[in-house]
Amino acid sequence: MPKTISVTGNLAAAYAAKTANPAVIAAYPITPQTEIVEKMADFVESGELKAEYVRVESEHSAMAACIGASALGLRTFTATSSHGLALMHEMLHWAGRARLPVVMPVVNRALGPPWNIWVDHTDSMATRDTGWIQFYAANNQEVYDTVLELFRLCEDPEVVLPGMVCLDAFILSHTSTAIVVYDHDEISGFLPAYQPGHWKLDPDDPMANGNIAGPEYYYELSYAIHEGFEAARKLIPIIEQDFYKRFGRRHGGFINAYRCNDAEVILLAMGTMGEEAQLAVEHLRDQGVAAGSARLRVFRPFPVKEVQALAAKAKAFVVVDRSLSYGHAGAAATEIRSALYRGTHHIPVLGFVAGLGGRDVRYTDMITMIQAGFKAADKGEAGADQFYGLKR
Amino acid sequence: MTPMQRKPPEKRQTCITYPAPGSMGHTGDWRIFRPVVDRTKCTGCQMCWMYCPDAAITIDDEGKPVINLEYCKGCMICAENCPAKAINQIRETEAAQPPQPKPAAKRRKE
Amino acid sequence: MVTIKEMPREEYIECGHAACAGCGATIGIRHALKALGKDTILVVPACCTSVIQGLYPLNALHLPVLNVAFMTAGASASGVAAGLRYLGKDKEITVMAWAGDGGTYDIGIQALSGAAERKTNFIYTCYNNQAYGNTGLQRSGATPFGAYTTTTPTGKREFPKPMGRIMAEHDIPYVAVICASYPRLVFDTYRKARDIVGTRYIEMLTPCPTGWRFPGSKSIEMGRLAVETGAWIMWEKQGEDWRFLDRSKLIAEGKVARRPLMDYLKPQGQFYTLLRDPAMIEQFERWVDREWDVMKRRVGC
Repeated sequence: MPKTISVTGNLAAAYAAKTANPAVIAAYPITPQTEIVEKMADFVESGELKAEYVRVESEHSAMAACIGASALGLRTFTATSSHGLALMHEMLHWAGRARLPVVMPVVNRALGPPWNIWVDHTDSMATRDTGWIQFYAANNQEVYDTVLELFRLCEDPEVVLPGMVCLDAFILSHTSTAIVVYDHDEISGFLPAYQPGHWKLDPDDPMANGNIAGPEYYYELSYAIHEGFEAARKLIPIIEQDFYKRFGRRHGGFINAYRCNDAEVILLAMGTMGEEAQLAVEHLRDQGVAAGSARLRVFRPFPVKEVQALAAKAKAFVVVDRSLSYGHAGAAATEIRSALYRGTHHIPVLGFVAGLGGRDVRYTDMITMIQAGFKAADKGEAGADQFYGLKR
Repeated sequence: MTPMQRKPPEKRQTCITYPAPGSMGHTGDWRIFRPVVDRTKCTGCQMCWMYCPDAAITIDDEGKPVINLEYCKGCMICAENCPAKAINQIRETEAAQPPQPKPAAKRRKE
Repeated sequence: MVTIKEMPREEYIECGHAACAGCGATIGIRHALKALGKDTILVVPACCTSVIQGLYPLNALHLPVLNVAFMTAGASASGVAAGLRYLGKDKEITVMAWAGDGGTYDIGIQALSGAAERKTNFIYTCYNNQAYGNTGLQRSGATPFGAYTTTTPTGKREFPKPMGRIMAEHDIPYVAVICASYPRLVFDTYRKARDIVGTRYIEMLTPCPTGWRFPGSKSIEMGRLAVETGAWIMWEKQGEDWRFLDRSKLIAEGKVARRPLMDYLKPQGQFYTLLRDPAMIEQFERWVDREWDVMKRRVGC
């Protein structure tokens, strides 16, 4: 029987992992993800979840241990944040390139120095190139549902890639809302057991992964990872549709668009800012302003066509980034501009960097940003990127 | 159980490799010296078989070593450790079957 | 001790691998795998063996092998061990991490220590050629005093980390320090280790002709000289029992004298700077004496 429980985003992730029934969990605590690894330990030690839990001594070892277990053909789960994600960076590449479908919630937290435990997307943006599927969630139910969808997506034989679902520190990780959760039996039709068809550590069929490959072979092996992402691109809507059919919920596919069909200016953001933006849109619509908002849920594979389609009828985009690639621009703005440039509808894209290190970004701020977007639409150009709320 | 299918090297999803001899090519080409077993002196102790780092020595039905010249690197650990001094070394270039000469590298037209 | 003719004929290394001619590490792995048998999974971090396996799409090891990043041998093997436990196959399949001294003493020590502290059920082998051999011989925490390496060109000033004793202090059920020049001992050690449950640490001195600068034909001899001069002590700890092994046992019991240390230092190019400095040789001798004192106290003789 589905149950409704009131849980934080962290616990939503943990409950989803329990529902998915992983075989091996190897995880290391880091604020603000700690509750996830604590709850997994609870589940395992109480017997509610039959899994092996390796209490590794660092995040780098956590990903290494997940790789070891996944290589046996087993479902694996871990979680991290910020510096933990940065520490395991090498092993993110290893999991992606070895085609091991580890699933990992990432609680988006700022990097130091200085130490800062609040929300910032720089940590996951810095891992865009590692061969991991990346989703961004905006509410606790979405965290839960996306973990389940990720296991199904990542373990698909045409995909076999690791995947992360990002959730904002404290805004989601530590805020309780009511969500619906299931037992493993209730979702086993949606999420069958993992059966690797590409490789496995098995003394009865010896094979190796990872010894040297020269320039004559490496390129095709990298291309194969890209092919996995293209397979994921095709599967994402199919899996969401199946989830919707069985459980009656969906979260918008690649891009969760809000009142964009007749919008002149669309504000794009990721994570909880994406949902906050809907309040801004509501206020502006009440005043007769044709605003819309859109939330990128999937960042890898990047939804190029969906971004281009969103721009088709709009006059300008406003992109709010909770990250900054120093020396260039926010990650989402950069990639959205790149997607539009490859299309035919080259509308102005006004970029805002906001909310770094957990500074609040409210719908009132977003109203101001959208109004700036209208000015950009009138001028036909966006001008320089802006740093919203900078105390300088 | 999903059967593992072996795909050709350019089509594999990841860098899977399968066990086979010659993973570094014909390592017999590395030799400067070639070990030669004097079967009359050999006592069949099999120490050479035990010590070979390349598993390039097998023992035949008479209990004497047979050296796989396709892969033997000529390290001479077998000769060095043979208690009966039954393995000698000869220069590869002077061996009864010298290696086939390789074609000369093509030069660019000056 | 197993006799040569009793050793299984089954090979788990294929001919034509990429090891240097005369490689001591390959002799070591050849006999370790003979002892462990077919139901073994190898976890190999960056080390000579990463390259010895040969080039994609082939592999010289006839076993399932997970190649992993340099610092992760202990952690990756922990994941495999946990997975085997989940599958109920941890008694029938052995997990062995096969790492060099770099991946054990230096960059890999955290993961190894963590795995041992968690009582991970696996064999961890450190095959020790006393430097980062795979990358052209840079110093490691295992490099001997006074030895030439590319990052200690005038001779290393520190003594090697006592890794075997460090692992023994982790209270794991089995620690063995052996040498690849004694293949029958290698075989017996791995046969014994295979049947023990828990973290088993085996360190094997593997003479490296390329790195230590001696002819490839002398690999077996060089390992023997290390042991016979006392520069390398072979011992094991099983539970609370510490024992010297083989030649080292005869030396400890006074039945055989240690050969002069110079017999070991002179034939190797890696000691050419050390050999020009009598004060440094003296320090090396003192260190060897101290190692014997410490080990004798452990063994209790």
